[in-house]
Formats: sequence, C-alpha cells, structure tokens
Amino acid sequence: MTILRGSVLVVSALAKSFGGVQAVREASFAVEAGQLVAMIGPNGAGKTTCFNMVNGQLRPDSGSVRIGGVEVVGRAPRQIWRLGVGRTFQITATFASMTVRENVQMALLSYHHRLASWWLRAAHLYREEAHALLARVGMADQAERPCSVLAYGDLKRVELAMALANAPQLLLMDEPTAGMAPAERIELMALTADIVRERRIAALFTEHDMDVVFAHADRIVVLNRGSVIAEGVPDEVRANAQVRQVYLGSRH
Amino acid sequence: MSSLVIQFLNGLAGASTLFLVAVGLSLIFGVTRIVNFAHGSFYMLGIYVAYSIISRAGAGGGLGPAGFWGGILVAAMVVGALGALIEILLLRRIYHAPEMFQLLATFGIVLVIKDYVLWAWGPEDLLGPRAPGLGGSVEILGRPFPEYDLALVFIGPLVLGLLWLLLNRTRWGTLVRAATQDREMAGALGVNQKWLFTAVFALGSALAGLGGALQIPREPAQLFLDMGVIADAFVVVVVGGMGSIPGAALAAFIIGEIKAYCVGIGQVGFLGYSVSLSKLTLVAEFIVMAIVLVMRPWGLLGRQQGAQRIAAGARERPAAGRAMQIAVLAVAGALAVMPFVAQPYTIVLLIDILVYALFAASLQFLMGPAGLVSFGHAAYFGLGAYGAALLVKKAGLPMEFALAGGPLAAALGAVVFGWFCVRLSGVYLAMLTLAFAQIAWSIVYQWDQFTGGSNGLVGVWPAPWLASKTAFYYLAFTLCGCGIWLLRRIVYSPYGCALRAGRDSPLRCDAIGIDLARLQWAAFVLVGTFAGLAGAIYAFSKGSISPETLGIPLSVDALVMVLLGGIHTASGPVVGAAVLTWLQDTVVRNTDYWRALLGAIIIALVLVFPQGIAGFARRRWARSEAA
Amino acid sequence: MRRNGVHFLVAAGLALTALLPAEALAQGAIKLGELNSYKVFPAFLDPYRKGMELALEQANASGGVFGRKIEIVSRDDNGNPGDAVRVAEELLSRENVQFLMGTFASNVGLAVADFARQKKVLFIAAEPLTDKITWQSGNRYTFRLRASTYMQTAMLIPEAARLKKKRWAIVYPNYEYGQSATAAFKALLKKAQPDVEFVAEQAAPLGKIDGGAVAQALADAKPDAIFSSLFGADLARFVREGNTRGLFKGREVFNLLGGEPEYLDPLKDEAPSGWYVTGYPWYAIGTPEHKRFLDAYQKKYGDHPRLGSVVGYTTVASAVAAMKRAGSLDSEKLVAAMEGLQVDSPFGKITYRALDHQSTMGAYVGRTALKDGRGVMTDFSYADGAKFMPSDDEVRRMRPAQ
Repeated sequence: MTILRGSVLVVSALAKSFGGVQAVREASFAVEAGQLVAMIGPNGAGKTTCFNMVNGQLRPDSGSVRIGGVEVVGRAPRQIWRLGVGRTFQITATFASMTVRENVQMALLSYHHRLASWWLRAAHLYREEAHALLARVGMADQAERPCSVLAYGDLKRVELAMALANAPQLLLMDEPTAGMAPAERIELMALTADIVRERRIAALFTEHDMDVVFAHADRIVVLNRGSVIAEGVPDEVRANAQVRQVYLGSRH
Repeated sequence: MSSLVIQFLNGLAGASTLFLVAVGLSLIFGVTRIVNFAHGSFYMLGIYVAYSIISRAGAGGGLGPAGFWGGILVAAMVVGALGALIEILLLRRIYHAPEMFQLLATFGIVLVIKDYVLWAWGPEDLLGPRAPGLGGSVEILGRPFPEYDLALVFIGPLVLGLLWLLLNRTRWGTLVRAATQDREMAGALGVNQKWLFTAVFALGSALAGLGGALQIPREPAQLFLDMGVIADAFVVVVVGGMGSIPGAALAAFIIGEIKAYCVGIGQVGFLGYSVSLSKLTLVAEFIVMAIVLVMRPWGLLGRQQGAQRIAAGARERPAAGRAMQIAVLAVAGALAVMPFVAQPYTIVLLIDILVYALFAASLQFLMGPAGLVSFGHAAYFGLGAYGAALLVKKAGLPMEFALAGGPLAAALGAVVFGWFCVRLSGVYLAMLTLAFAQIAWSIVYQWDQFTGGSNGLVGVWPAPWLASKTAFYYLAFTLCGCGIWLLRRIVYSPYGCALRAGRDSPLRCDAIGIDLARLQWAAFVLVGTFAGLAGAIYAFSKGSISPETLGIPLSVDALVMVLLGGIHTASGPVVGAAVLTWLQDTVVRNTDYWRALLGAIIIALVLVFPQGIAGFARRRWARSEAA
Repeated sequence: MRRNGVHFLVAAGLALTALLPAEALAQGAIKLGELNSYKVFPAFLDPYRKGMELALEQANASGGVFGRKIEIVSRDDNGNPGDAVRVAEELLSRENVQFLMGTFASNVGLAVADFARQKKVLFIAAEPLTDKITWQSGNRYTFRLRASTYMQTAMLIPEAARLKKKRWAIVYPNYEYGQSATAAFKALLKKAQPDVEFVAEQAAPLGKIDGGAVAQALADAKPDAIFSSLFGADLARFVREGNTRGLFKGREVFNLLGGEPEYLDPLKDEAPSGWYVTGYPWYAIGTPEHKRFLDAYQKKYGDHPRLGSVVGYTTVASAVAAMKRAGSLDSEKLVAAMEGLQVDSPFGKITYRALDHQSTMGAYVGRTALKDGRGVMTDFSYADGAKFMPSDDEVRRMRPAQ
C-alpha cells in the first residue's frame, strides 16, 4: 500500500479502543483529490469510529490524520472544517426553522467569517453564491421552502450544498444514501461523483449498499475488526480473497 | 465529636424530607418532561390536608398512631387524586405545545391552589400535633434526639426501596422506565401513553403530598411552603440528574448533610476573619447545584438528555407584510401621544409595561432564537438596577451615567454566568442560571453595608430634567422601544441566524465551523445588557430597589410573560408583558382572591392559546392571508 | 427630523405637565390611601385591616373630619417595593388620596417613605420595624407608628442584664430585622453587663429554619441564656425542636415579638413557659382605653384582636388626629401637625416625636406561660417607647439633615 505525498487525506496508524476493546487498530489509508473513496466493512468493523476520528468528533489513542498536509488530531470538528472539509451526516442535520437557501447561506456566512455581524440582514448576504450551490445540487427551485417540509432525499442534497459552501478539499459523507429509495441513491451518488471530479475534491464515504459502492467508488478501503484488510480499486477489492472470506463470504 | 454525629443524623432527617419532595418531581419530569411548578403546591396541600385529618381523627380524635399514619397516607392519596385530575383536565391537552409551555399552566395552578388554601384554611400558621408514640426523644451519645426525626431517617430509604421495587419488579415500572429513557420508543411499543402519564403524574403528586404530610410534626402548615419547597425540589432533582431516582436520593443526602454541618459548625475563623457558616444556609443548595453542574453537566447520576423540543414549530419570519408594519407603527404612535391623552396613572403603568416588555424581550431572545431557557433572568435585571443605584448612591455619578453603567454591570454578570451556562443545555442550563441568580440574590441580600441588604437602596431618583412622569415616560419609551427593536433586528442578522442554527442543530453548526458556545456566551451578554437596561430604568422609575429585583418571583414573571405572549414571536414578550402587568394591576384592585383569578386566567389562556397570544394571532393572520 | 420630533414631544409633554392646574379639592369624602401586603402576610394583616376599619367606622360615626366623611382606599402592594411604589402612584394620581399610610415589610416601607419624600406627601408607616425608616433614612414626610427593632430590643435589656447570665447564644432570621435586633442586643447588653460573652450565633434563612440542627448547635455551645428574634413558622419549628431536644431546660430565653398573639397563638399547648418576650397580652390589659378598644373590636368581629388590629386601629386614629390638628389637608401643614402629635391609642397616649418622627407607642414586656392549653403573657408591664430610645444627640447624628 502506497501513500502518495500529494494525497489530500492521509490517515496513518490510527488506533482507538473503548474500555479494552480495540475498535480501530493501526488503520492507514489515503484519499487523493478528485477521488471518491468508500470505506466498507461488516457491522462493528470500526467504520464509524474511524470516520469520526477523521472528522474530529473522536480523538484517537494514537496515529495521525493529515488533511492537506496539516495534522488534525486533537482539533475540534469546526477547526477541521476551516481546513476545507465538508460533511454530510447519516441522519441529516439541517436547520429546520430556516429555508433551504438560508441553510446554505449559514454555511457561507460562516465560511466568510461574517457571523459576528449584528446589524446586516442575513437574508441579503451571499444570496447569489447560495443560489449557485443549490443550482449545482438541483435544489434551486426549492430554495424558498422551509427545510422542515422537504423530502428526505432533498434534505440530503441541501446537506451536500452546505458541505460545498467552504470550497472543500475533502468531503466526508457518513452513509450518504441511508434511508433513500434505490433510484434516488444512484442519482445522488452520481451527482456527488460528478461534483467531486469537476471540483477535484477528495471524498471519503462509508456505505452499506454495495451497488452504490462498486458503481461509484474510485477506490475502496475494507475494514474488519478494526484493521484495514484491503485497499484498492473496486476490481482488486472484489478479487481479494480475504475480503471475500470475511466480508462477502459472510454474506453469501 | 458526638455533636458531629448528631448533626449527621439531623442531616439525614433533612435529606429524607428533601428526597420525598424531590422524588415525585423527578419521576414526573422523567416520563412527561413537564417542569411542574405546582409540585410545591402539592406538598403544601399535603401538609394542610393531613393537618385537617389528623387533628380530627388522629391525636386529637383519639385514634392514636393509626389515625396519625392513616391520615398521612390518606392525605397523600387525596393529593395524588388531585394530581390525576389536573393531568386529565389540563395538562393532557397541552402535551403537544412547545416544551416549557406546560410550565405556564402549572404556574397558574400554583396561584389557584395558594388562594384555595388561604380560603379553606385561613391565614394563620397551623401547627399540627406530634406523632403519637414518637413525640419524645431518645438519648443518642448523651443528647436527646427526636424520635420522629429518627423515624424520618428510615422513612426516606423505605420509600426509595418501595419505589425501586415498583419500578424494577412490576410491568408498570418497566413501562415507566422505558418511557423515561425513550418516549418515542415506549409509544412505539404500544404503551398507552395517556394513562401512563396520568398514573405517573398521580404518583408523583402523591409523593409530594406524602412529603408534606410527613412534616406535620416538624413544622406548621403555612402559605409560604409552596414556593420555598419547589426551589429545593428542583435543586435536588437537577443535582441528582433529572429522572434519576437514586440520583435524587444522593443529592438529597449531600444537600441535607451540608446544610446540617453549615449550622452545626457555625462560626469559623478564616485568615483572621470570622465567617458564619450558618448564613450560608440561605444559598447552600444553590452553591452545591452550581458546583455540581459545572463539573457534571447532567447532574450526579443523570444521563444526557435527548434534544429539547423547544425548537419544535419555531419559524422566525420577519413579521413582513405592510399590515403588520402599519400595526407596529400605529402602536408606537399611540404610545408616543399617550401623555397628552391618558390619565397620569396610565403613564405610570405604561412605564412599568415598557420596562417589563424590554425585560421579557431579552428573555425571549434567549429562549426563542437562541433556544436557551433561563430560570434566573432576574439576575441581570437586578444587577442592572443595583449597578445604576450604586453608581448614583456610592459613586455619586449623575443619573445619566448610572443609566449607562447599570447595563454594563449586568453585562459583566452575564459574562461570568454565561461562560458556565453555555456548557450545559436544556433544563440543566436553566437551573444553572437559577443557581447563579440565587447566589447573586443572596449576596445582595446579605451585604448590608454595600447593597443595603434586604432593605435595599432608597433615593434613586432620576435627574431633574427627567423628574416629571411624562419626561421619564419618553425616556423609557425611547430606550425600551429601541432595545426591543434592536433585539428583533439582531434576530435576522447573521449573528442571530447563527444562534437559531445552533438551536436547530448543534451538530450541523459544528460541521460548518460555527463556534456555538462562544456565540451563545455572547447571547447571554447581549440579553444581560438589555435586561440590565430594563433594570436600571426600573430603579429610577421607582426611586428605590431591593433584592426582589433579583428574586425568583421576578424570573418567573418574565417566563410567564414570554410564554403567555408566545415564545417564537418577537411581539410575544411585549404582548405578554402588557397583558400580565395590566392583569395584575386590574385584578388586584377588583378582588381579594386576585391570585386565584389570575391563575385561572392564565390557565384559560393556556388552553385557548397554546402557542401564546401573539403566536396565536400570527397563525390566524397567516391563515387569513393564505386563504 | 425624527429626533427633532422626539425632542418636540418631550418638550411639549413637559410643558403640558407644568400647565396642569393644581388638584381641585375633591368634595365629598376625604380619601386616604392605604397600601399593604395583604396577600403575602395575611396572618398579621387580616386583623390589621379589621382594626383599621373599626377606627374608620368610629371616626365617621363621630362626624368625620371638617364635617366630611373619611374614606380609605386600600391596595395590595404584593409585598414588593416596586409594586408598592406603583400602587402609591395610583393612589395619589388616580384616586387623589390626601396622603399615604400602611406597609408591613421594611423594604416596602422604606421604598414608600422615599417616594413620599419625593412627592412631598405625608406617609404614616404602620408596621415596618426597621430602625432606618426614622433614623438613617428618615425624611420630613415619613412618620412611623410601631416601636422599632431597636426600641423593642432595648425593652428586653433591663431584664436580660438583671439575670447576670454570662454566656449568651443568639438565633435570628437572616435579614435586616434579625441582623439589627442581634446587633442592638449585643451592643446594649455589652454596655449594661461588660463581662457578657456571646458563644454562638445562628442566622437562619427566613421561613426555612432547620430547627433541629439549629437547636442542636445552640445546645452544643452550652449557653446560659438565649436571645432569639425568630417569629412565625421559624419560631414554631425552633420551639418544637428545642423542647424535644431539651435546649430550653435550665436556660433563660428571650424572644423579641414572641408574645404577639400572631406568633404565640399557633403554638397552642406547646407555647414555651417562662420566656421573656415583647408582645400584646390583649386578654389581661386592664387600662380603660384598651378595654374600650377590646369591647368594640369583639363586638364588631366576634374575635379577639391581634397586635395587627392595634396597629391598624392606631394608624387610622393617627391620621384622623393629624388632619384635625392641621385643620387642613395641605401636606406641609399635615407634616407640621404630625410633629409632636398626641394620639389616643389602645395602649394609651402616644406621641409622634418631632425629633425623628418616631411614635412613642410601646410594647408589653413580660414572661410567657401556659394557661388553658395556650400561651399567654404573665407578669407583664407596658414599656413606653419613649424610654427606650438612644439619646437625642445620637438620633440627630443618625438622621440625615433635611
């Protein structure tokens, strides 16, 4: 396994244990710009733990996470976001009392350091930028609807638009298609893949749906019992004996 | 040494009492999430009902111990039945209103019960009989110790044990525990929530009644018990962790012992100063609560709460529409010409309303957009009032400077209190604000040389050019009006939006780089400043101030105003302040039982306008525009 | 433009107020304003109201003042100084009352007193006990009826000094009244008996005393005597715990206000015996002026008077006497009439001192006893307030210059 110097995300020897149980052990992998990398593994393999150590919600016991060459272990999620990291959640987290456009404007205001302003009207700031982002994810026509009435798939798109607001170099998506109908899943992932490639963003996502993974991921990282057991392009992973045994084997 | 042991036993008896009051509240909150202000009233009813039964059937009626203990149990059951009735008739109708709104209904109940007790039992303190067979004392380490206190030491753990059995060994108990941990899940499991809530409310009320009834041999039944007890009960519940019964027991034990030893140790020499620890009993429980919450944000044995429902249904929209703008301008215009048309007293009343409107608006900003509930908002009002008064009286500054200095003092207080508070959330945060307010109150209340102690400060009159009521009215109108308008403006600024974002989804805020704790801290300082401005204007309009300006009743008034008007509308606090102040003024003049009437009006308003008055108006407005 | 508009409005408002004609003298009944914390302290103030109404009835029956009937407009002040000031404003501006009287709590009394000074209106403070209302914060327009904390404490000193007890323990409610009583007691007793020692001091939160712990702590200090200024529910709890724990055995106890029926009656058969108290033994006062009051009160209400009744009655009597002496309803003339005014109270003649506007109304000092299952005062005597004041010089030093 080679880790390129130019990789946007470089995870090396990451480890975390909870009360004696080793949830992640010595995990190392990397994601490069313009690449969509899926992290898979059976339940309890350590995906979520690994993911949350990358985004700053969990502090690893040891190891290093570098984003754009900067060590982020020990930084809070919001500090990591400042380095250019966009995130979406397994269960969507948006601002229910605001409209779709306002949600995106919030992210833009934060990105432009305008949150301390007590005087201007928030609604008048970064309207165009918000509109452009919403247009990119196909939500322009719903910009003035409150988030609380949106369909679930649309909420996911709003989240994606918000994640793009800080012109990220890295996109972290936890189960991006969870809770969606199969047709919607493919559509959303195709959109995501397009954006990632066109903007040369490095993207890491966890996913249960193998169809989504093998259809869209450029590379796949396979975790089992906290360790990376395989890493490579989909065909390599598909062919990997160990993966077939512990992962696919368990399914078939 | 032996005195320390005896004080330990005293502490245990006190702890037992505290536990009995608090456990019912904890149970009710755990399942229904109702912040039940009427819990202290149930306690008070318990002691009065028990007094009536026992003085007829018990010691006085010759039934002896059976009459006494039977009377206590019957009193508890009577109160439990009343609790069930209130739950079915009133609370059940408003479970779907925003969180905290039930608080308003229970506050109405407090007022009604208080006047009922006054009407039914009269104003005089009623000292009940001693417990038959336990009226004397036993010798412990050479000191006489009351037998009844010894019995109490055992009754607390006994009730704890019975509750444990009920919750862990019965099917009903399993349901209650399930509902405490996850309401939705319990609902999904097919639990009949309606009756579960009723039963829990009845049990909790009965426990409050029991706690009151058991005090019969220790203290007279009197009309102050409700408010005194409710604060203690909340403290115990929160220190223990809301919904945790062992937590309540542990908290009661700690607070009971600390109070007993504060009294027992008495005078302490410290660096050449003599400090009287007994004076600390005034706020000991609040100091304990502040320390516990700062160290453990969910109480001693509490678990992280689910998200609060306070945001449910929140939709801040600019009141938009020309019609609304015209309405606001019309009200402002009417207020501006008031001194020319109204009676002089109306102007006096309007000054009060303006001051309270700004005060309530500052609380609404915190509760609505920022989603942070404060039970101790009077702290900033009082600090503003005292800051201004002290600058005039002690520093000899002119009134105009003091008027600016008051809010600054309040802002400083908010800097300190807010820094700790924003680390918490939900009811815990609310209770920490209450703890700080009580600590501030007790300092002002006891620091006689500086703050005038319980008497307060007099001679805080405005400068000569503002001495006339009309001039002062315009001052209040200008400052309060600008304050309210500014607060509203900020709601729609990037800063205000960020606060709302934090209320809606802290997780998402973190993921888009918003430092929520800092913004919320700033929110405390902001609303503290405006509340302080209201307090400073108040001080000069009254010419005097006293510790009431930092007290719990004023904090409760502010909550009532905000909830009455509607928590998610900017006009809500203004409407609430006007309605409550006007009601108090009018109702007081027209009936001796004004408290009950006011309570009844509040309950009626709750039932008719579960979104608050202004909230209701806005919905109607929106509907008629949509149609 | 907008700012100018506001300025204009302010100026116009000021001008209008200045032009308002002087209050036309209302014909018909003379209205007096009264405010009190009826809902917060009903145990004291229900009897107070009855006493007040009795005095009013008597005054009107004997022809009122200047041939006009007297009417009292009474308001509840909510026990809160801010509300009290608003209510006082209402009484003056809407009800057009001639002057103000009443109040119970010290903080409310002080607030209304300062309001009266500001408005230049007479205020007769009925019940507030704080020394400050006539001394440190005294003002030209405020007079106080009740004997102050200092005076009542001083009334207990002769007996306390006579007993020659060396070790004293003190318990008091933790607010200004209790603090002042304690400070006065310590200073006065120390002067009368220099070798006295104060071995324990307990400050209990008002209304929330932990009776058991406090009784225990006092007993542990092994005092020879105890001075308490507790009252109400705190007193009841303290007495019961103290009895059970043997605190009072072999010890002399002094309790300020302890003999007032408001606080003694609720104790029923557990009322302490042999305590030295100030109070009001309505059942045993033999003076003709009290007899007249007692008969009239019992006839009207079928209940015995409490101390509050006497205070309410005398407040109104003072107001009536002041108007008669002034021969006018003008504030300044009323104030002049109040200075040195003599009033017939159920306790005998009292005088409002010109020096500090404090009335000389005293209290009864005696010892408690149990009689027919309830607490009474025995061996009592009337302590005339005039005899328990600091020297005139001291008073002058404390009172701010007018």
